[in-house]
Amino acid sequence: MSTPSKVQQVETVTIRFVGDSGDGMQLTGTEFTRANALAGTDLATFPDYPAEIRAPAGSLSGVSGYQVNFGSREIHTPGDAPDVLVAMNPAALKTNLPDLRAGGMLIVNKGAFNASNLEKADYKSNPLDDEALKHAYKVLSIDMSMLTDHALEGSGLSSKETARCRNYFALGLMYWLYSRPMEQQLEQIQKKFGKKPQFVEANQKVFKAGYAFGETVEVGLQRYEVPASKLPPGTYRTVTGNFAVALGFATVAKLTGKQVFLGSYPITPATEILQEMSYFKEHGVVTYQAEDEIAGIGSAIGASFGGALGCTTTSGPGLALKAEMMGLAVIAELPLVIVNVQRGGPSTGMPTKTEQSDLLVALFGRHGEAPMPVLAAQSPADCFWAAIEAMKIATKWMTPVLLLTDGYLGNGSEPFKVPLAGELPKFEVKYQTTPNHDGAYMPYKRDAKLIRPWAIPGTPGLEHRIGGLEKDSMSGMVSYDGMNHERMVLTRAQKIANVVEDVPDVQVFGKPSGDVLLVSWGGTFGSVRGAAEQLQGQGKAVSHVHLRWLNPLPKNLAAVMKGFKKIMVPEVNNGQLAFYLRGMFPGVDPVQFNRINGKPIKIAELASKVLEVL
Amino acid sequence: MATENTSLPVYSKKDFESGVDPRWCPGCGDFSIINQVQKALPAVGRKREDIVFISGIGCSSRFPYYMNNYGMHTLHGRAPSFASGLKVSRPELMVWVVTGDGDALAIGGNHFIHAMRRNIDLKLLLFNNRIYGLTKGQVSPTSEIGKKTKTTPHGSPDAPFNPPALAIGSGATFVARSIDVEGAHLGLVLKAAAEHKGSCFTEIYQNCPVFNDGAYTSITEKSVKADALLRMEHGKPLLYGKDNKKGIRFNAKTAELEVVTVGEHGVTEPDVLVHDAKRDDPTMAFMLANLALKPGFPTPIGVFRDVSRPTAEELTWDMINAAKAKKGDVDVLKLIAGSDTWQIK
Ligand code: SF4
Repeated sequence: MSTPSKVQQVETVTIRFVGDSGDGMQLTGTEFTRANALAGTDLATFPDYPAEIRAPAGSLSGVSGYQVNFGSREIHTPGDAPDVLVAMNPAALKTNLPDLRAGGMLIVNKGAFNASNLEKADYKSNPLDDEALKHAYKVLSIDMSMLTDHALEGSGLSSKETARCRNYFALGLMYWLYSRPMEQQLEQIQKKFGKKPQFVEANQKVFKAGYAFGETVEVGLQRYEVPASKLPPGTYRTVTGNFAVALGFATVAKLTGKQVFLGSYPITPATEILQEMSYFKEHGVVTYQAEDEIAGIGSAIGASFGGALGCTTTSGPGLALKAEMMGLAVIAELPLVIVNVQRGGPSTGMPTKTEQSDLLVALFGRHGEAPMPVLAAQSPADCFWAAIEAMKIATKWMTPVLLLTDGYLGNGSEPFKVPLAGELPKFEVKYQTTPNHDGAYMPYKRDAKLIRPWAIPGTPGLEHRIGGLEKDSMSGMVSYDGMNHERMVLTRAQKIANVVEDVPDVQVFGKPSGDVLLVSWGGTFGSVRGAAEQLQGQGKAVSHVHLRWLNPLPKNLAAVMKGFKKIMVPEVNNGQLAFYLRGMFPGVDPVQFNRINGKPIKIAELASKVLEVL
Repeated sequence: MATENTSLPVYSKKDFESGVDPRWCPGCGDFSIINQVQKALPAVGRKREDIVFISGIGCSSRFPYYMNNYGMHTLHGRAPSFASGLKVSRPELMVWVVTGDGDALAIGGNHFIHAMRRNIDLKLLLFNNRIYGLTKGQVSPTSEIGKKTKTTPHGSPDAPFNPPALAIGSGATFVARSIDVEGAHLGLVLKAAAEHKGSCFTEIYQNCPVFNDGAYTSITEKSVKADALLRMEHGKPLLYGKDNKKGIRFNAKTAELEVVTVGEHGVTEPDVLVHDAKRDDPTMAFMLANLALKPGFPTPIGVFRDVSRPTAEELTWDMINAAKAKKGDVDVLKLIAGSDTWQIK
């Protein structure tokens, strides 16, 4: 039966690794992603893990997954339905099989399908014995447990330690299947386990066993190759959105020569930003883990008062706690960036699942008249640029800025083209050092754009007091004068409206007029762009604009929307951008497409919805 | 920006007055406190522009507006969070926090205890009038049990905080108490606070003549104060009373503090506890702090505790400087690229 396997070229492929939380699927996914990145494919990933750190072993709730979509053409999303599902136990199979595309490849660790695991997954009988399964999918059922045990016979590792190496069997097999060179992974294992030589050797052995299995298996496996994509030439690295935000902030410290101060409190899925930034100390970053969300932003505002570039990071419930503080930053007019990595809400909601449901709270969720610039990153790599842009706006306009990302962007990864020197923005931060009004300092005396000066402690002669009480429009001293208050409210609003001069016009993807204009924002960029490409490929008059700026909205948006018969707004929420657009542009009534299932929108489902609307 | 090592101008009290007239009620204890602070500042050895006052919300929190320094009037209870961020960011500044009993101990309790335990060099002044003044007379976390206020018409059922005990329990490295009407004493305590490096807590008993008048007359009236106040001084025996014969003794059998009279029942001066504010172990300071609420005991004022530990901002900057020394000045493009890249041609 054994035939030498021929390598078949494919353009894109989506693979999902699933297993128990303890099976190391996040590592397997990341490592396989790395192999494809090094091979020059474009890619996008989506880790999906349970909120419980140690859910009961083998249980349905403890299944952890990692999906990667890679290809030789531009990749916008982690992929709709996986082409390949690697399932390490029955629970993982049960929860993920419905997503596998018809005829897709199913690789399972047969060894984990024992009576106890089957029971935990609520299987009455072993699904691998089911003939229907073999008809519906290309099933490759391998006893990875046993093969791992064999590979490590005599290694002296305990059975628990041996079990931990199993994921490298799966990884080795995938390396072989997708024609990736073994050497770089062997090196990577050396790097990762270097301090514990017995694990270096064990994991390398198991990895090689997985690879060799592909080569020698009797069934004549089809081998694939996904060629490098036509990404623009340059130096690349893989980044997750959370890492990219941290990197963006550190870059700001470098570009400006000023201290970036992050005050933050751990919260899923934003915690990594604080963690990553604590490794950037040498670049001019100061991190401060506060006692709570409120103190996280408070410490950042305090640092901003002192002349640092203050920022704070959080997710939904934390944003609610920061609302009072944001109001203070608005009225005091201090620069600050608040990063909200949105997650499923309300309340604790679905902490590890993605959602776009904080748009309205970002725009309006403060007491009083408290407008604030709001922008949203569109992809993991874009988080880098969005973080820099948010800081630029905050310091130029002396205002807090809200940067929205989400769990999918924060944890998802993609290749990031390292910018060249000339591609980084010029970024200068200036403080007021001399009196600005007849020999005195007036902290709220504004320039033509309505921006106030920033004088910081340590500057002689400019001592002044600011705070949360309404202030006199010049001196900043407390004022209870009603007309002064009205003037200040309108002035602050106008200042934020003026930010529009820094908001680029939206670019229409596709024709400037047609049947349907898809309007998206934030993390749905990839899905919507993917659907638009597909529909345009079918000759449909469908275009796409993506909003990076939510406040102020781009100047040309109203005009662009006029060119289309219908506006459609796909969002991972219950219709917040649609609601906002209705309010901002009377007469515009978008068709909504909403998913609130904790996952990015699938290209195929969106495309079919657009076809219905057409 | 701070310039602490270059020549210091000679300041007078006036240099620290912002020129805005304080808007406290006539007779408010806050007047005497600001007076003492403005008197103390010329001698702290810091430039006016390097001193920052940060406050929360409440009567006391208007304080920064009246000081001619950098200042921030922030949110209810949150002043320590702003001050902590500022001090960690700019350790060379001298940062004072002005707060009240409601501000620091009710809505801001969490920030307060964490500011104390971190040992950030903040000079926190808590004006304790045992009432909510700005909202016109409600029970506060330091009001006595049974206190009748607008929200406790039948008397407060809640036990109060003893602020120095809370600060000691939270890990403050400097803990003191003084009284608005004891100007000279308050001045000395403020001076000691200014000299301390680390989390620094000073409770100031403050009379609110409008909503809680006379809260402290039982210990501050001329006729009673000698017997009611225990003036602690480091290295000196804890003696008080009209003729300075009463003292505090540690009873090793009961492990409690007790009041004794020198010359009675065989008690001699060496039996009286010698105050040691520099003792690293906080237990004795805690016992002393608790005397304030104990019937039959005097109210201790002065410095309970003044110990030296590295501050959080020093440790933070040691780490930053070590990282800088080790890695050097990395080019921004190298930072962005990291160590794991690949080329697309
Ligand atoms: S209400 Fe009391 S504490 Fe407040 S200013 Fe008046 S007297 Fe002072």
